[in-house]
Amino acid sequence: MAKPKVFSEFIVERDEEKCITCQVCCRMCANDVHIYDSETDKVNSDSTKCVGCHFCETVCPTQAIVIRRNLSEPKINAHWTQRVVTEITKQAETGGVLLTGMGCDKPYLSYFDHIVLNASQVTNPSIDPLREPMELRTFLGRKPDRLQITNYKLQITDAKLQTEIAPQLKLETPILFSAMSYGSISLNACMSLARAAREAGTFYNTGEGGLHKNLYDYGKNTIVQVASGRFGVHKEYLEAGAAIEIKIGQGAKPGIGGHLPGEKVTEEISSTRMIPVGTDALSPAPHHDIYSIEDLKQLIFALKEATRYKKPVGVKIAAVHNVAPIASGIVRAGADFVALDGVRGGTGAAPTVIRDNVGIPIELAVAVVDQRLREEGIRNQASIIAGGGIRNSADVVKAIALGADAVYIGTAALVALGCHVCQKCYTGKCNWGIATQDPYLTKRLNPEIGARRLVNLLRGWSMEIKEMLGGMGINAIESLRGNREQLRGVGLSDTDLKLLGIKPAGEAW
Amino acid sequence: MKRIYIREEYCMGCRLCEIHCLVQHSKSKEIIKAYKGEYPKPQPRLIVEEKGHLSFALQCRHCEDAPCLGACITGAMHRDKDTGAILCDENKCVGCWMCIMVCPFGVILRSRDAKKVASKCDLCLGEEVPICVKNCPNEALLLQVDEKAEKEIKEEEPIEE
Repeated sequence: MAKPKVFSEFIVERDEEKCITCQVCCRMCANDVHIYDSETDKVNSDSTKCVGCHFCETVCPTQAIVIRRNLSEPKINAHWTQRVVTEITKQAETGGVLLTGMGCDKPYLSYFDHIVLNASQVTNPSIDPLREPMELRTFLGRKPDRLQITNYKLQITDAKLQTEIAPQLKLETPILFSAMSYGSISLNACMSLARAAREAGTFYNTGEGGLHKNLYDYGKNTIVQVASGRFGVHKEYLEAGAAIEIKIGQGAKPGIGGHLPGEKVTEEISSTRMIPVGTDALSPAPHHDIYSIEDLKQLIFALKEATRYKKPVGVKIAAVHNVAPIASGIVRAGADFVALDGVRGGTGAAPTVIRDNVGIPIELAVAVVDQRLREEGIRNQASIIAGGGIRNSADVVKAIALGADAVYIGTAALVALGCHVCQKCYTGKCNWGIATQDPYLTKRLNPEIGARRLVNLLRGWSMEIKEMLGGMGINAIESLRGNREQLRGVGLSDTDLKLLGIKPAGEAW
Repeated sequence: MKRIYIREEYCMGCRLCEIHCLVQHSKSKEIIKAYKGEYPKPQPRLIVEEKGHLSFALQCRHCEDAPCLGACITGAMHRDKDTGAILCDENKCVGCWMCIMVCPFGVILRSRDAKKVASKCDLCLGEEVPICVKNCPNEALLLQVDEKAEKEIKEEEPIEE
C-alpha cells in the first residue's frame, strides 16, 4: 500500500500529568481520535483523524487536551502553500472532487475591515440609547410608490390611509437567520433557530429541506424556501410560513445545485422532504422552469396566487458579477425582497474549488444593487437582505449603511450554537450536534440552550447597533439605510470606493 | 421536594456527571488528586445507563415510599427532615446490603472502601445544586420541583409509618 501522504492538520497534545483517563474524550469524538488502552491505562490520540472541532478540549474536565495546528509543513513557498500541496495530494489519492463546508476561507480583501464608521462631535449631538428611544424595528417588503391619505385637511386624527400596503415582515432587529435546511443541520439546530427567532421577534429560514411537523408552531417566524429541488413544498408548507423565498443560488456555491447524500435521508427527513428513505436528495443547479426573468415572474406570481397575496415573496441569489442588473430584473419581476448571498456565505457541502473561487464579496454586491435600484427608481419596490460573512454588529451596521434593509446570519448563528468552523459539515460527523443526523450526535445540541444562546447573540448585537447609531446621532435604523456618508474607506482603491459609493477616510462631507 | 429530573433526549453520554460526582465524594475534592492520588479510588454515587444512542444518568430517586428505609436493619438509611432526601448514615451502616436488594432503580452501590457500607446519592446537601446537575454540559439533568408530579405523589395512598 502506498504511504498516505496527507499531513495531519492538527496535533492533539495531551498533558499526561493532568489526564485522569476518564475517557470523556474517547466517548465524545465522532472521528475516533481518542482511544483508551486498558493495558497501559492511557488514552492515545490519533492526530491524523482530528478535524479541529475542539469538542474534546471543551468537555475535558481537567483541560488536559490542547488541539494545535500542525506546524510541520513543507518548505515555505508563497505559491505552493501547504494548502495547495495538501489538496493536490488528496486528489491524487482519491481522484474525486474535493468537498468542504462553511464559507470561503481564502484571504480575499474583507471590505468590512476597510470601512470605518462615523460619530457625532460638537456640531451634532450624539444620542445615548440607554436614555433615549432607539428604533431597530424593520419592515421587509414592497413599499408603495406614494401614499394617498384622505381627510387629512380636517384633522390629523381623521386622516385615513387609502393606499393599500403590500404584506410586510416585521422584525424587531434587522437580523434574520439565513436558510439552513433540516437535513444539512439537525432538527435540534432548526428548533434552536426557530425558538430564538420567535423570542427575538425575527425570522429563520427553512432552507430547501421542507418544514418538519414539529416546526409548524413557529410558522409566524418562518421564511419558507422554494428551491430548485422543490423538496417538501406543498400547500400547508407555503401557508405555514410568514414569507416565501425562491432560492436561485447561494453564496458558497453559485451556479451549483445541492446534494444531500442518501445515508442522511432518515425516516424523518424523508417525510419532511417528501422523498423515499435513503435516496439522494439532488437539487438541480438551475430551476428547470426558470430560464429567464419572465419565468421567474411566473413562479413569483404562482406562489403569490397560491397564498392569496398575503405573504411577501422574495428571491435569493448568490452575489455574482452581474448582480445589479439581475437584482433589477428580480425586483421588476415582482419580488418583495431580494436576498443577496456573498462569496463568504456558508454551506453544508460544496466543492472546495467553487466555494473558494466563485462569487463576489457581499459588501460590493449590496452597494451596487442598492445604487442600481435607486438609479432606476425602484428601490422602494423591494427590500434587500444581505448575507454571506456577517460576523458582528459592526458588519451589520456597515451592510445596512451600504444599502441593505436587513442581514442574514448563518455561520455566526451556528458559532453561537457551538460550531468551531472546522468545515467538516459535509461528513455528517459534527461533534457539536449541528450538521449531522446521527442520533448519537444530534442530542448534543439542546435546543433550549441553543435558543438561549442565539437570543443572547441577537440581544448583544442589537444593543451594540443602538450604541453605534447613537454615536452617529441617528435614532432609527431607517435613517442608516443607504446612508453611505456614515462610512469611510481605509486603504481602498479609487475603483473600490466608487463601487461602494463611499468616500475615503479623511474626506469631509 | 426538589428532585433531579432526567432528560434522556439531551444526555450525550459523556459521563461528566459521574466524574464530578466521584470528585465531590472524594477526600480532596480535587479532580486530579481524586483520580490519581486517592486509594481506594473514590466512587461516584450515580450510574449512567446506556443502550445504543440512548443514555442517561441515574441517581437515587429519593422515593416518597422508599423501600430501602423499611429494609434497613440498623436505621442507617433515613430521611433527612429538612430536605426529604434519603441518606445513609455510614456510621450505623453494617453493610448487609438489603437496601441494594430492594432498591427498584439499582442506584444504591456497594462501597469500594475498606469499610463495608452502602453508598448512595446524597443530593450533594450543602451545595447549591447537586454537582452532577451543575456540571452537565447539556442541561440533561435538572434540579426542580415538579408541582404536578409532587401532587400525584401526595394523592397516592399515605404510607404507613
